[in-house]
Amino acid sequence: MSKIKYILGLFDDPDDMMHGIDKLKQNNFSVYDVYTPMPIHGIEDKLGVKRSRLPIVAFCCGITGTCTALLLMWYTLSYDWPMNIGGKPNFALPDFIPITFELTVLFCAFGMVGAFFFKNHFFPGRAPRVMELRATTDKFVIAIDAKLNTNHSQIDELLKEAGATEIKHNDRKYVSYE
Amino acid sequence: MGAHNHSHTYNFSEQFAFGGKLKMFSLIAVLVGIAAVAYGFLTGHAERTFLNLLLMSYYFTCVCAAGLFFMSIQFVAQAGWSAGLLRVPQAFARILPYASLILIVVVAAGLFSHNLYHHWAGHGLTDPKSEHFDPVIAGKSAYLNIPFFLSRLIIFLGSYSIFAVLMTKLSVNEDLVGGLKSHNKSIKYAAIFLVIFGFTAPIWSFDTIMSLEAHWFSTMFGWYNFAAMWIVGLAAITLTVISLKKAGYLPWINQNHIHDLGKFVFAFSIFWTYIWFAQFLLIYYANIPEETVYFYKRWEGNYWNLFLLNLVINFLSPVLILMTRDNKRKLNVMMFVCILILCGHWLDYYMMIMPGTLAAEAGFNFIEVGVALGFVGLFIFLMLSGLSKYSLAPKNHPFLDESVHHQI
Repeated sequence: MSKIKYILGLFDDPDDMMHGIDKLKQNNFSVYDVYTPMPIHGIEDKLGVKRSRLPIVAFCCGITGTCTALLLMWYTLSYDWPMNIGGKPNFALPDFIPITFELTVLFCAFGMVGAFFFKNHFFPGRAPRVMELRATTDKFVIAIDAKLNTNHSQIDELLKEAGATEIKHNDRKYVSYE
Repeated sequence: MGAHNHSHTYNFSEQFAFGGKLKMFSLIAVLVGIAAVAYGFLTGHAERTFLNLLLMSYYFTCVCAAGLFFMSIQFVAQAGWSAGLLRVPQAFARILPYASLILIVVVAAGLFSHNLYHHWAGHGLTDPKSEHFDPVIAGKSAYLNIPFFLSRLIIFLGSYSIFAVLMTKLSVNEDLVGGLKSHNKSIKYAAIFLVIFGFTAPIWSFDTIMSLEAHWFSTMFGWYNFAAMWIVGLAAITLTVISLKKAGYLPWINQNHIHDLGKFVFAFSIFWTYIWFAQFLLIYYANIPEETVYFYKRWEGNYWNLFLLNLVINFLSPVLILMTRDNKRKLNVMMFVCILILCGHWLDYYMMIMPGTLAAEAGFNFIEVGVALGFVGLFIFLMLSGLSKYSLAPKNHPFLDESVHHQI
């Protein structure tokens, strides 16, 4: 049993890389992930990446904000200590809309940022985990799980055929910044 | 990108064939409109008929102006995604001169026959010796007088029409000659138009709609009307694009373009509500009688239900239906929402015009439906006749390829 955990194919050209993904898939190899220095259209569909559920989080947080604002204003201005402002009804809904709107946006924004950080393991003091540092500058990288896909020589060949400029067999999943 | 090679090529020179049933139906609708106008006048509802004519001709002009505005924004922003569907707003813009002419004729005829704007243009209102003397109207007479009023309307609508004609010509020229010259010129004209339109469109709505109730005024009214104009324009553009697509045209327009149009419709429904509410809240909160009278009229009797219905159709429905990404990508859902918004904003215009003029005498019967149908028919007839004269894509547009490969 080899100690190789991940095989990385480094490409200079995004089109070559997309071609490489096709080739690997045609030969029944699974792609673990792809790292590119810029967004590439259509790559989610190709890799079968599921759509983000962040909008659902946003909706739930937003509704929570709406309810919090209305409940707070109803309790303070109408229920606990009814206030007469400008002769309006105690629960003057139009007057409450701006604050309701603000709290909806606030809860929604904070909730989304929090959920995004939580899901992506972004915490203070957390070292970023990167599989190949050059994927953040000029290389387009395909990562293949070497434990799941055992025919390493064929993977190498396919990557080379697709135009990979470099192929790495890594014993460790991530490289650190040190 | 290699991810989605569109190996097939499109026939950008394809033209829309306008004829058959659609042409017949649109002409029948125009006849229904004429019948409704005749019915209105013959049954002694001259004012009501004029107000309906004003409503629909204003609506019609707004949709056409929104087409020109959409086109101009795309040019100024150098947007690529919309190049493939630009001929649709252009077809709207092409008929702006006709729409403007109709609006000017309706306004002038209503003004001189004292069916419209009699609130400030009536006899003796500005004469201190007259028994009808109205000091508020007299104070506004430097602005609200017939020659200045009509010349404003003619100058504004005339200048929009000139830009519509110029930009259409440039686009046709681009089809014939190619190159970037027409495109660069279009950007320049678009920028000038946007500046002129931005300053004059609010005044246009002050004059045409707000002056029906000349005692009341709101500085938000211009933006409120602009927001309404923009959302009806977007809904009409989206509806036309989807209908053309369903009829087998515009094969280069895909779900991504519809999604972007859907975002526009979603966002500007909210924008319209935002402006509507900004006007309403200030008046509600301040509670000054000369301001609240406007909403007082709109809360009385049956108008209260329409007032709420207006918000349900134009705010709640699009927001809730178009909130998810999937719905914005479904042609049928988008079509439904666009039709809903177009009907909803007829109600919005109705609520701007009727409570302050006819009040309790306003209604909803053959006059309203007929005039509305007539203008819809006229719009479809003129717009599609214009659309069928040229290719369905600006085939030499520099961003056309980008538009075809648009993906979000």
